[in-house]
Amino acid sequence: MAQAGQQHPIGIYLKVWVLLFILSAFSYTVDILHLEGYLRWSLILLLMVLKAGLIVAVFMHMMWERLALVYTILLPPLCLLVLVALMAVEADYTFITRGLFFLPAE
Amino acid sequence: MAQDIPIAANDDGHPAIVQDWAGDRQVFHIPWGKGMMWIFLVSDTFIFTCFLTAYMTVRIATVEPWPNASEVFALTLFGHHLPLILIAIMTFALITSSGTMAMAVNFAYRRDRRKTATMLLLTIMLGASFVGMQAFEWTKLIVDEGVRPWGNPLGAAQFGATFFMITGFHGLHVSAGVIYLAVIARKVLRGDYDRNGRYQNVEIAGLYWHFVDLVWVFIFALFYLW
Repeated sequence: MAQAGQQHPIGIYLKVWVLLFILSAFSYTVDILHLEGYLRWSLILLLMVLKAGLIVAVFMHMMWERLALVYTILLPPLCLLVLVALMAVEADYTFITRGLFFLPAE
Repeated sequence: MAQDIPIAANDDGHPAIVQDWAGDRQVFHIPWGKGMMWIFLVSDTFIFTCFLTAYMTVRIATVEPWPNASEVFALTLFGHHLPLILIAIMTFALITSSGTMAMAVNFAYRRDRRKTATMLLLTIMLGASFVGMQAFEWTKLIVDEGVRPWGNPLGAAQFGATFFMITGFHGLHVSAGVIYLAVIARKVLRGDYDRNGRYQNVEIAGLYWHFVDLVWVFIFALFYLW
């Protein structure tokens, strides 16, 4: 066989598939129940990370790849967290400045 | 010290570049196509994150109220008012297509031509229906609700700009994926991979497809649910 490739039992794909359905249903339930504030945001982020993790790890075979590839793919995007942090600070500043300059002082 | 450096900086010109980079050493023990697809997907991750970060920035900074996505994307089906229902159906369509894609990759490595092609065609149909639903969603937003990239009657003007940019770019990826999978499915059906043994091309296409689903997970959470 020239190329063995990624070969795994079908069962694990089906389990992950069902799990993704359940997690998506939970995400939708968060909206249906009108959860608000930090509970809503943390649940949304938690379900998002779980789903993303399952897709990358199992469907994209990351958990069976060699570490050299795993680190090459997964480490660079961490830089993006710096971008997100910087822009969150910047956006807060813009918001406060807009409040100071454009809202009527009364 | 200059004499300690074994090779002078510039004495053999361009061939030195090839020498230095081609150390006859393999870092990634995967087919080259798969490596290139992964590198492309990493760069695509940066693009989508830039869009989503831009969305976060304008949403935090706006002093206008942000339109409530739950209500904007609500539909009335069979006399019931269902919040966000269209997006939920689109999400399930895409997750299902990811599942059928995973099956296609699995059958491809089992050298099962017929089942691989069937699963690929199912994936294509689900992907196409996703794009169809998105077209419906856009039409409803533009025609019925009057949402434009520069403003809308529901609240913050930035809503339209980020919505069309992010979902448009994602929809473009799904459409491209449908075409890509159609090409691969044709090759599977024709028996190309039985002859040249390159069934990993199905896995490479699968990586792209799962990535499109992955991006949707983030858009669904950060844009529609937030």
